[in-house]
Amino acid sequence: MDILNLIRISAKALLRNKTRTALSMLGIVIGIAAVIAVVNLGEGLKQSTANQLSDMGTNLIMVMRANQRRGGVSMGSSNVQSLKVRDCELIAKGAKNVTMVSPVVNSGGQLVNGSKNWSGTVYGGSPDYLEIRKYEIATGVNFTEEDVKKYAKVGLIGQTIVKELFDDGEDPIGKTIRVGNMPFKVIGTLKEKGQNGMGMDQDDLVVMPYSTVQKRMLGVDYIQQIVCSAASENVAEAAVEEVESILRVSHKIPEDGADDFEVRTQQEMLEMMSSMTGMITTVLVAIALISLLVGCIGIMNIMYVTVTERTKEIGLRMSIGAKNSAILMQFLTESIILSLIGGVIGLLLGLLLSYVVSLAMSMPYVVNVAWMFISFISCAILGLISGFFPALKASRTDPINALRYE
Amino acid sequence: MSERQSIIKVENLKRTFVVGSEEVHALKGVSFDICQGEFVSIMGSSGSGKSTLLNILGCLDQPTSGEYYIDGISVRERSKNELSEIRNRKIGFVFQSYNLLPRTSALENVELPLVYNPDVSHRERHERAQHALELVGLKDRMEHMPNQLSGGQQQRVAIARALVNDPVIVLADEATGNLDTRTSYEIMSLFQNLHEQGKTIAFVTHESDIAVFTSRTIFLRDGHILRDEPVVTKSAAEALAALPKDNDY
Repeated sequence: MDILNLIRISAKALLRNKTRTALSMLGIVIGIAAVIAVVNLGEGLKQSTANQLSDMGTNLIMVMRANQRRGGVSMGSSNVQSLKVRDCELIAKGAKNVTMVSPVVNSGGQLVNGSKNWSGTVYGGSPDYLEIRKYEIATGVNFTEEDVKKYAKVGLIGQTIVKELFDDGEDPIGKTIRVGNMPFKVIGTLKEKGQNGMGMDQDDLVVMPYSTVQKRMLGVDYIQQIVCSAASENVAEAAVEEVESILRVSHKIPEDGADDFEVRTQQEMLEMMSSMTGMITTVLVAIALISLLVGCIGIMNIMYVTVTERTKEIGLRMSIGAKNSAILMQFLTESIILSLIGGVIGLLLGLLLSYVVSLAMSMPYVVNVAWMFISFISCAILGLISGFFPALKASRTDPINALRYE
Repeated sequence: MSERQSIIKVENLKRTFVVGSEEVHALKGVSFDICQGEFVSIMGSSGSGKSTLLNILGCLDQPTSGEYYIDGISVRERSKNELSEIRNRKIGFVFQSYNLLPRTSALENVELPLVYNPDVSHRERHERAQHALELVGLKDRMEHMPNQLSGGQQQRVAIARALVNDPVIVLADEATGNLDTRTSYEIMSLFQNLHEQGKTIAFVTHESDIAVFTSRTIFLRDGHILRDEPVVTKSAAEALAALPKDNDY
C-alpha cells in the first residue's frame, strides 16, 4: 500500500470523529505551544538584557566595593570604604587598555524647584562619566574638570526630572534648583534612555561632579564605584587585569589576600544575567516538556480506545486482504498525523503567544528556529512512540474474533 | 460438472481447538470440491462446524490437518501475509452484519479491497467499484453513507465489495440473517443473478428455506458431512413475486 493511500485512509478515519481528534490533539498543541513560547520568550529576554547592558556603557568595566571580612565578621559591601578617587587617577595613568575612568558617588535627595519636588538620585562622576555610561546631552553642556576642582554646584538632569520639576516648554538650562538643602545650577539635560533591564528608569537622575557630591552632599572622601571604558571589547579582559593589579598595589593587598573590590565587565554581567534567564527558561521548558509528554500519553490513550472501538473495522480490513503491516501502518500514520497537525498548530500558537507577550512586555521578538525544528521532529517521534503500541495491538488482532466483536 | 475447473478442493480437512486442557474437534475430516460456477449452500446447526469450515475456506484460519486448494493453490503452510494476499485476490466476503465502514460512502466501501492491492491504480479502483455497484443495482446510491441505506441496500453494497476484486469465489456467511423475508429473497435473487453470470458462490446458512435457492447443499453435523446433494433450485424472483403484497411494506 503506497504512502499516499495510507495518509488518505488515516485522514479519513481521523475526520470521522472530529471532536475526539481535536481533543486528543489538544495535549500536543498545548505542549508544543508552551515549549515554543517559553523558548522564544527566553531568547527575547536574553536579547533585551544584552541590549540594555550595552546601553549601560561602552565596553564598560565596573569596579565595586567587595564584601569584606574583618576578624571573621562580614562587613557588608556598603560599609567598605576602600575605593578612593586616587584609585581612579592610578587607573587612568597606569592602565593602557582603559580609555576613560570615572569615580561614582551617589546620593538620594529631594529635588525642589519652586513648588514642585521630586525624589531623585544624584550621581557624582568625572566629566567622562556621561560618555562611559552612554548618556548623551540633549541641551546645554557637560561640566568640566574645573567644576570638579571647584566642587561646582552644577548638574545635568535626566528627562524624568525635567518633566517632574519644570513646566512643559520651560527651558531648565540656567535654572537653579535644590537637592536637599544645596542649590545647584542646571547646565544641561540628558537625552532619554528609557528603562533598563531591571525596569529601572534611567532618566531619573542628576549627574554632578563627584567632588560636589562627596564634599557638599555626603561629606565623605571615599567613592562607591569606579566605571571605566576598555579601549575595545577585545582588550576588556586585559583591562580588567590591569585594573585589578593596580588596585591590589594601591590597596596594599598581600599576595594571598582577598580583594576588597570586585571588577566586573559588561560581558560578565551579560553572562550572569543570561545564565539567570537561561535557568528560568530551562525550568519553564522542562515544565512545558512535561505537558508535551502528557499530550503524548493522551494520544496513546485515544489510540488504544480507537483500536478497541474499531476492532470490527480491523477485522473487516484483514478479511478483505489487509496485511498486518498495513493495519500497523494505518494506525501509526493516524497517530503521527494527529501529533504532527497538533504540533504545527502548537507551533503557530506558540509563535503567536510569544509575539503577543513580547509585544506587551516591549521585549524584542526572537524566533528560535532550532527549537521550532526540534519540536517538529519530536512531534513526529512522539506520535510514532505513542501510536506504536496501540497500532501493534491492532495489527495483532485475530480477524475471526474481530469480525464477531460487538 | 466434472469437466469444470474445481475452485475449491478440500481433502480430509480437520480442525482441532484446544480449549483449556480439552481438545475440541470442530472438523473431523471433511472432503468436497466446489467447481467453477457452482452455487453451494453449506448448512448445519450451530456447533456443526460450519463457521470453522467457512473460516478455513476464507483463509482466515488454517486447518490442523488435511489439504485445502483454492484456485489450484495449496493454502497449507502459507504465511499470514500470503494468506492476506489470497483473501485479497481470490475471495469475496459477505457478512451477516454487512460490516461496512461507517461514515464512508458506498463507493469507498466498495473500493476498500482494491486499496490493499498495489496493482490497481486509483482510477481503475474507482471504475471497478462503480461497476460493481451497478451490478448490484445501486448505481444511484454511490455517494450515500451506510446509515442512509436500508439493510438490504447495505448488504448489496457489501456484495458489491465482495465482487469488486473479481474473486474466484464469493463466501457469504448468513448473508440474509439480519434481513426480513422479502429483503432476503431480494438478496437471494441477486445472488442467483450473479450465479447465472458465472460467479462461484458458497453460502453458509442454517435456514433451509434460503438454501433452496442454491443449486447444491452440503449438510454438516458434528464436524462431518452428513449429506452433499444437488438441490431443485427455486427461483428467488418467483418466490418474491409470490409473497403476499403487504401494504405496510
